[in-house]
Amino acid sequence: MESRLRVDWIKCDGYGLCGDFLPELIELDEWRYPMIQPGSVDRSHLHAAQRAVDCCPMKALLLEPVIEEPGRRAS
Amino acid sequence: MRRSRSRLAGAALPASRKEDLEHDLADLEFPERLLAGPSLRAGSESFDAHLDRLGALPDRIDPSALVSELEASGLLGRGGAGFPVGRKWRAIAERRGGPAVVVVNGAEGEPASAKDRVLMTARPHLVIDGAILAADAIGADEIHVYIGREHEAAVASMAAAIEQRRLGQSRPIRLSRAPIGYVAGEASAAVNFINTGNARPTTSPPRISQKGVHGYPTLVQNVESLAYAALIARFGAPWYRSMGRLGSPGTALITVTGAAMQQGVQEIELGTTVGEIAGALGATMSRVQAVVMGGYFGTWATTAEAWDTPLDPSAMKAQGLAFGCGIVGLLPAGVCGVAATAEIMTFMAAESAGQCGPCVHGLRALGSTTSRIADGSASARDLDDLERWTTQIPGRGACRHPDGAVQLMTSALNTFGDEFAYHARAGRCAVTGARVEAA
Repeated sequence: MESRLRVDWIKCDGYGLCGDFLPELIELDEWRYPMIQPGSVDRSHLHAAQRAVDCCPMKALLLEPVIEEPGRRAS
Repeated sequence: MRRSRSRLAGAALPASRKEDLEHDLADLEFPERLLAGPSLRAGSESFDAHLDRLGALPDRIDPSALVSELEASGLLGRGGAGFPVGRKWRAIAERRGGPAVVVVNGAEGEPASAKDRVLMTARPHLVIDGAILAADAIGADEIHVYIGREHEAAVASMAAAIEQRRLGQSRPIRLSRAPIGYVAGEASAAVNFINTGNARPTTSPPRISQKGVHGYPTLVQNVESLAYAALIARFGAPWYRSMGRLGSPGTALITVTGAAMQQGVQEIELGTTVGEIAGALGATMSRVQAVVMGGYFGTWATTAEAWDTPLDPSAMKAQGLAFGCGIVGLLPAGVCGVAATAEIMTFMAAESAGQCGPCVHGLRALGSTTSRIADGSASARDLDDLERWTTQIPGRGACRHPDGAVQLMTSALNTFGDEFAYHARAGRCAVTGARVEAA
């Protein structure tokens, strides 16, 4: 099953640890808020992605299975 | 005062001319449409007058037939996003069971828009008809009418109408006064306010169509969309589709601001061009420098580009423009588009709900940077930063407030690109001819 990283933007406080742990997939803006590479997470990055999720002090980073919702544009 | 009128709205006429919210654009020949009936100056249409004019809602209407009729009509939501109304109702109607809620969205926090409050003030029973139909169609147990508290005439008109309709209703209809604020009208903010008193957007998932008011599937629908549902229920999809010149059927309420002799709310046939509207209201092409369409989350276009643009949601989308909530803002000749954009961006930054970092910091940066460019105090990298933020900010928030602000910003850079560059590099404004310098 494919997984995708998602940020709960209301929870995220810009600690930026995710970008430090996973620079391959997460770039930080000048305020240290994450910019996530779109698409599903490649298998080779799954372990690191889970570590980034676990490190988030706000529990704002989520690694979720990709579910296609009918009638909804994937973002 | 928290809400400032931009120079776009205030440039041509003093803001006091509220009575101008009542002119009909040319003569729309359709006997039935949103604002058919007595003059808007007559105020709130009573329930008796409403029934005399339109008759009662069809008795024992089959909910699934009504949803199919709405789908066949092609009615698009009028709150800004333009989502098909029938499809939105069907998604909730076809849930597995259990309670549901209808929220009537009359928050109208967009500062350039007045059409929702005009509709609620003049035709409250048409809006309530639509809410009752929606509740029947999706099997909702309660209706919440959510109106911006600053729209006092609309609140009074709707409150009186709700009182009149309560007797015939088994389900409760409740009125909520939305706090002042741009994002208070966002669907999840409306739901959040009704649930907790906090009119700020919430994170999705869960979507409000699955978990909204009291945790139940909730339909949040703009008042104009509901009013049209009430007309389509009476007159049918083919009737609705007989209006409209291009891809999107129907008439629509729009708000015209800026360089027109008559500013205010108009009902137009969809597909009417910006030039026709401006011309009918006394604005010639030479008096208009640029047009902002859709709202503060909409798009700028030069007058040359905008004049022949049909106000048609599908056609505009194909052109990269936004119908949004039906704003036609005419920037008068001689007013600086960079300064007008800076005012809008500063407003949008101030109206952030303050929950999501990219919106809080990003919009503040857009506002302060456009302001610096406008007043001639820009640094060398300011323009590059603007360009970069327009690609980095969208999609990174609980709601689409930042996306809307960026859409406006991107279109401003396309429309006033030379002006932005001239301001930033030379510290001069070609429109006003002035050397702009920070005070």
